[in-house]
Amino acid sequence: MGVVLRDDEAAFRKMGDHDLIDSYLVYRARDTLCSVSLGDTEDYRQLLSAMNPEELGANEIAMLVTNLKALAGAVSYIDNVLHNELLSAIFNMSLWNYKPDVMDALVEFIESLATSSGKYVDYCLAMLTCQFFPPGSLPLPKILARKDGVLSRVHSSLKYIADLVPLSPVRLVPIVLDGKPQYRLNNTSTLSLVIYVENMLKLESGVLGEVVRIPMLAGVVDLLLDLDVEIEWEDIQNDTSKGIFEMELEDVDESRDDGLNDDSELPRKLSWKTSGGNSFAEKLDSLMVLIFEHLESCQVADRLIKIFDTLLESFKKTVLTAYKSKFAQFVIFYACSLDPKNCGVTFALMLEHTFFFSTNRPLLRMSAVAYLASYLSRAKFLSVFVVADTLERLVDWCVKYVKMQDDVINPEAHRIFYSGCQAIMYLLCFRMRSMMDDPQLKPWLVRLPLESILNNKLSPLKVCLPSIVLEFLRQAKAARLFMTSEKFIFDDYLESKLSREFGGMERLDMFFPFDPCLLEKSDSYIRPNFIFWSMVQPTYDDEDSSDEDVGEAFASDDDGGMDCGIMQSLEEQHFDFAEVGSALNKMSITPKDSLHSRFGGAINQPMRMPSRIRPSTSPESL
Amino acid sequence: MDGLNVSDVNLQVQLHPSRSNNVRKAVLRELSSLLLRFNEKFQGVVLAYEFNIDKVPEILPSMHPYLYVRLKAKLLLFSPQPDMLLEGKVVKVRQESIHVIILGFSSAIITDKDIREEFQYKTKHGKDLFVSRSHKRHVIKAGTMIRLLVKSVDEETLCISGSLLPAHTGSILWLDKHVENVSLTDGICRSNKRRRGNEEESVMQEPGRTSAEAYSMVDHYIKKSKKHREYATQKPSRSEAYSAISDHSIKKSKKHRESAMQEPSRSEAYSAISDNSIKKSKKHKTREES
Repeated sequence: MGVVLRDDEAAFRKMGDHDLIDSYLVYRARDTLCSVSLGDTEDYRQLLSAMNPEELGANEIAMLVTNLKALAGAVSYIDNVLHNELLSAIFNMSLWNYKPDVMDALVEFIESLATSSGKYVDYCLAMLTCQFFPPGSLPLPKILARKDGVLSRVHSSLKYIADLVPLSPVRLVPIVLDGKPQYRLNNTSTLSLVIYVENMLKLESGVLGEVVRIPMLAGVVDLLLDLDVEIEWEDIQNDTSKGIFEMELEDVDESRDDGLNDDSELPRKLSWKTSGGNSFAEKLDSLMVLIFEHLESCQVADRLIKIFDTLLESFKKTVLTAYKSKFAQFVIFYACSLDPKNCGVTFALMLEHTFFFSTNRPLLRMSAVAYLASYLSRAKFLSVFVVADTLERLVDWCVKYVKMQDDVINPEAHRIFYSGCQAIMYLLCFRMRSMMDDPQLKPWLVRLPLESILNNKLSPLKVCLPSIVLEFLRQAKAARLFMTSEKFIFDDYLESKLSREFGGMERLDMFFPFDPCLLEKSDSYIRPNFIFWSMVQPTYDDEDSSDEDVGEAFASDDDGGMDCGIMQSLEEQHFDFAEVGSALNKMSITPKDSLHSRFGGAINQPMRMPSRIRPSTSPESL
Repeated sequence: MDGLNVSDVNLQVQLHPSRSNNVRKAVLRELSSLLLRFNEKFQGVVLAYEFNIDKVPEILPSMHPYLYVRLKAKLLLFSPQPDMLLEGKVVKVRQESIHVIILGFSSAIITDKDIREEFQYKTKHGKDLFVSRSHKRHVIKAGTMIRLLVKSVDEETLCISGSLLPAHTGSILWLDKHVENVSLTDGICRSNKRRRGNEEESVMQEPGRTSAEAYSMVDHYIKKSKKHREYATQKPSRSEAYSAISDHSIKKSKKHRESAMQEPSRSEAYSAISDNSIKKSKKHKTREES
């Protein structure tokens, strides 16, 4: 090794009088390590066996602690080649398996080693990262009992190393991102994954946050999206008993048939299998709850904006570009709900800009406007004025587009325009009533040039999703906002040939990303800030018009429509969420089998809402 | 402090067409990826940069029409080498080692093997410190600015193994006050001007001041040959974008650096920075080219 030990006198001279025994042990450890290079491995072998005791009695533990402490003072004599076995033995130790005194000694050794030479930094960081989740063999009570002790030591150790090696957080990032438990493996428990992500979030909010914040949050969002992708729609369709995804609204009778008539129980929930691919849903649900709680803590600490900027960037890069993300987007929804004035508006603006920016890819723009429409429709925390502002800009964009075009109906060529029109109509289905009830917004809404964008040669009313078009026309007519003399007859209530064409292979015509969250635990966080279709007060009266032939009704101009002043605006309502379940059951909007129901068959039923379509769950969307 | 220098380099950066609406921002983004990483081409760590776009960006004819941007950049480099004298702040003192941070990002460790016998480890009021036996006021503790000799550098992690064995290493404050004694005992003559230079350099721990002062050394260093420029322009691929700085230029810059070190005073080098000097050097460069 080429190390020349000082003579005993010199060594002891440097040691303090108060700790001679410890100093002697350090000196012995150095001697042991140096002797390996001279071919004398007897002491070294003894040291190795002490590091790997077969049984962990009190004596063995005492010996282990003593050796680790002694080695911590002799790290500069450790050679990564000569003492490879020793290093491997120590790096394979898990803090979770030991009591606090061993943990302290082990952490002290790792800290000393990491700061002794650049070549050990990565190894030590990897060893500490391995402690981010418990070993599989450890029983749950022990995990819970030791968790705080282990994690607090690990994080304080990472901070110690960062204080002495300032670039270590940069090196830590890829190690943490690559060290995630393999969520695909069946033996990776949800708890392990949750504890790991908890550590990632702890790093983000800790002193290393300035360096690791962005990659940690991006890593968490990536993980959510990975799990999201693992939940396949095909599996959902194959579950014939009830289907993983209940619909947003069920007919009362059908709900009763399904045993969901209990008011205290949510009519919709995600039921996952404990094995196979669907356990991903359980993992995803737990992780999302963890992140929601983290966002809450950030808001309390007044640092939500900082987190939100990173989340938004991550959303733009991954979720927005992903093919029909199902759940991951609710993280940003929840962040927006915590700070509607800043985060909520920022998110809407980002989506709006993505849609308007002409150099963006068409699919990205369509995806953005689908998110925008769904978000503005569902976000209960957003003021109706914010929604109105965005709506105005969307309409302006569509008006300008129409002026520039001299084309006839062409779903594929004008898919961005059609997606914009569909967003406007979808949005108005949810918000028209509250806008009409506002004395300031009502005249503005009446003046909105909907006529020019919906009644033109491009015929968006024929191309957009029939269910949205029909609901919009019905509400618009009742509110005397917009009427058309044309009679719309669609082959299918859910979709039409033209809507399929403009949606393309990706079926972005049927993408409503903020449809009710079907993860049970996550939903409890989202629900208070969410507008369910059952809460929406349409501009028409269900009872009066339920039997009306919708197609003919729109053809008739002199129909009286609905009384606009009967119902309260959405903002004035105070929903008792305990009653929501019952309300959902009572408000039947879409038949359970609507996927196959034709428009003609739906005539004798109450108007169906497009949200019920749950486009993302449609098998065709695959 | 040794190890800091400014290099004039010609760079070629290839930008994705989507970045064409803001070339300068895109170039900044590319260059920022060089920061705080050891770069073999430059043989150092880029701490700061300043650049001008040399010509109007060209579009490379290919499947993906990347923008081809030529830059003239000044890079502030930190190139620690064995036997250099570096300065840093002590962040931790232990019986077995002294931990130092150099320029706020690079860590250095001095193990007890590399601390000269003169220093004795003590604990005073619960604080660890090394005290000189012969000069009681020569104390090294957490917070002390020290000068150390580089033994080795781990380029991957930018961790430096240092030494306090030579007599002209230790607390900067103490060494500067007692430099004559040290010079007599060690036979190391370091001029007062040099010391003043070191004092100034020790301030360069503050990143904000580093680049400004270091840039002042412009044009004492690299002069690139016309030949090299031609060579550089023949390397269009993105992966080789930074290869424009040929070994030749680096060698040349090293020579310049050496010659700059031998100048009578570094403080003079600082004072020599003025627009005039830059203009002069430009003239000189043109003459060289012609």
